[in-house]
Amino acid sequence: MLSTYGHPQYAYVPPVELRAGATRRYAVVVVGAGPVGLAAAIDLAQRGTPVLLLDDDDTVSVGSRGICYAKRALEVLDRLGVGDGCVAKGVSWNVGRTFFRDDEVYNFQLLSQPDHKRPGMINLQQYYLEEFLVKRAQELPLVDLRWKNKVVAVCQSDDLATLQVETPDGVYALETDWLIAADGARSSLRRMLNLEVEGKVFMDRFLIADVVMKADFPAERWFWFDPPFHRGQSVLLHRQPDNVWRIDFQLGWQADPEEEKKPEHVIPRIKAMLGDDRQFDLEWVSVYTFQCRRMRDFRHRRVLFVGDAAHQVSPFGARGANSGIQDADNLIWKLNLVLDRKAPETLLDSYAEERELAADENLMNSTRSTEFITPGSSASLTFRNAVLSLAGRYPFARALVNSGRLSVPSVLEGSSLNTPDSECFRGEMIPGAPMDDAPLREAGRELWLLDAVRDRFMLLCYVDTPAAVDATTLAALAPLGAAPVAVEVVLVAARDGVAPGGLRVLEDSAGRYAERYDARNGTAYLVRPDQHVSARWRTIDSERVLAALARAIGRV
Amino acid sequence: MATLNTAANFSDPDKRYFRAFSPGDDFYEALIDAHRELSDAQSALLNARLILLLANHIGDLNVVREALSIAREDV
Ligand SMILES: Cc1cc2nc3c(=O)[nH]c(=O)nc-3n(C[C@H](O)[C@H](O)[C@H](O)COP(=O)(O)OP(=O)(O)OC[C@H]3O[C@@H](n4cnc5c(N)ncnc54)[C@H](O)[C@@H]3O)c2cc1C
Repeated sequence: MLSTYGHPQYAYVPPVELRAGATRRYAVVVVGAGPVGLAAAIDLAQRGTPVLLLDDDDTVSVGSRGICYAKRALEVLDRLGVGDGCVAKGVSWNVGRTFFRDDEVYNFQLLSQPDHKRPGMINLQQYYLEEFLVKRAQELPLVDLRWKNKVVAVCQSDDLATLQVETPDGVYALETDWLIAADGARSSLRRMLNLEVEGKVFMDRFLIADVVMKADFPAERWFWFDPPFHRGQSVLLHRQPDNVWRIDFQLGWQADPEEEKKPEHVIPRIKAMLGDDRQFDLEWVSVYTFQCRRMRDFRHRRVLFVGDAAHQVSPFGARGANSGIQDADNLIWKLNLVLDRKAPETLLDSYAEERELAADENLMNSTRSTEFITPGSSASLTFRNAVLSLAGRYPFARALVNSGRLSVPSVLEGSSLNTPDSECFRGEMIPGAPMDDAPLREAGRELWLLDAVRDRFMLLCYVDTPAAVDATTLAALAPLGAAPVAVEVVLVAARDGVAPGGLRVLEDSAGRYAERYDARNGTAYLVRPDQHVSARWRTIDSERVLAALARAIGRV
Repeated sequence: MATLNTAANFSDPDKRYFRAFSPGDDFYEALIDAHRELSDAQSALLNARLILLLANHIGDLNVVREALSIAREDV
């Protein structure tokens, strides 16, 4: 048992099916109440869609798993109503340091720009993240969250999936239009549907130790290659809340996991690292091997795979839960439009298309980091050490040091939902890009762009002066709000003021919006409910906006 | 006189990069891939050939000499 955390035990309630007997039909069932399944269920409920969420256990993540949650995941968690709780409890950090043998060779800043709401990363034990998400889900009447409900069989036809669910009181059947498989790396749904997951296991083992101690090391990520206290291997140190420190020791493939887990082996390793006199207690110890793999297709007719069930990465880069949360972010608005019959079912193929691409990028980056951290051949080791020996003095070599490329969102550059630029723009906010944040002001009140722009399609029209918006422009914008999938029009203005027609005005108080979005008078951005850019223009033309909208919801 | 460039310098004209670390990581992956399934002796030979090719491409002996001397530091 952990000394700093007591696992909640959530109540199992006998399901209505076992009382009433009849098989029910649901619109959406999510299997797995890990971070990804919870995020998906909350998002659906916030959009007004009832959702059944099944989990085979009755508590949150056991043991030490995910700890680092990146800026983009925090922005999604903000949208789901738990961002503040996570950031308040978590340890925010932006600096990573890398050591080779005795010396620091390199350090990096995660966030190179000022004026973003969220930090580059927070550290937070996964059980806290899940606990906050469960609390949020329980606040939403549309989430029916059932603990100790284990899916034991699944089959599907063209228009529904049928599940058998095992509970302490027996087995029941249910039917659902859509099934979201969020049941983790060993996905039983994947197995029951006879689907493959392809990739590779890395031939190395890592000891993961959580240690409780009082230490005044700064809130930074420290990574050692070949340190004097753990020769020939790597070590990673992270600070978590509650004075818990995560230490990862690379052990090599030959290590015996059962032996290495014993305190008599773990404690000397930690003592060698910290120096002999520091007091600490072991909170959790486990030994892992890591894999990089994914399913070929994330959509199989009525079943949509998300999170670790769909893809699994090594943890160097913290791309597991971070990318899973982005899967849910990408899927749910699409599924909701399909359920409301406002978009064709093929829109769900774009979920698979976009998130398979993101998974490939995550897998590529994690595979590269793993190769650098645990070189697979002596040639690879020689190059690795050569890079590290040059990194202290030569900037080009610093750029090659790869102790984990930490989770950043993918730019969905080639997505079929994007409308390509037809005019010239500078900067990063190309169609498919996740939106950059910016500080704004609305009626004298400070707010963040990403808090103002979310959950629905929006058209951000940049103007110098709100009052100067003329009648023709207003008339041109009118059809957007009335489209079947409404587009909310907002002015982002260089100066504050009142716009005609009651249009909402966001003042670009620090000028960051104009800078980051290369905006000038007349520039318009169509943005998606998941805060990605769909299309952009230099002038406002509602015909073009409606065409881009149709494309973004798969109606082309 | 030209001097050795030790700033990060990898690029790919056919590709748009979104992250500063990506071009260097592309290079490093290609380098490690080139050594796959080679014995140590074969790897050493590959490295020697690679250095000869790249040195000839640079051409300017002042630059090559500077690189040689940095490469030898602390070895
Ligand atoms: C050592 C380590 C460090 C990590 N560090 C990070 C990090 O820093 N950052 C990061 O982002 N990620 C990290 N990860 C990865 C992260 O833990 C996973 O990516 C994340 O848990 C995936 O979430 P998920 O919801 O997809 O699956 P899971 O968290 O595995 O949840 C799956 C859920 O499904 C339930 N379930 C399974 N089968 C059934 C069934 N048949 N019926 C009903 N319910 C079922 C399970 O009980 C579980 O609750 C780390 C992982 C490890 C091991």
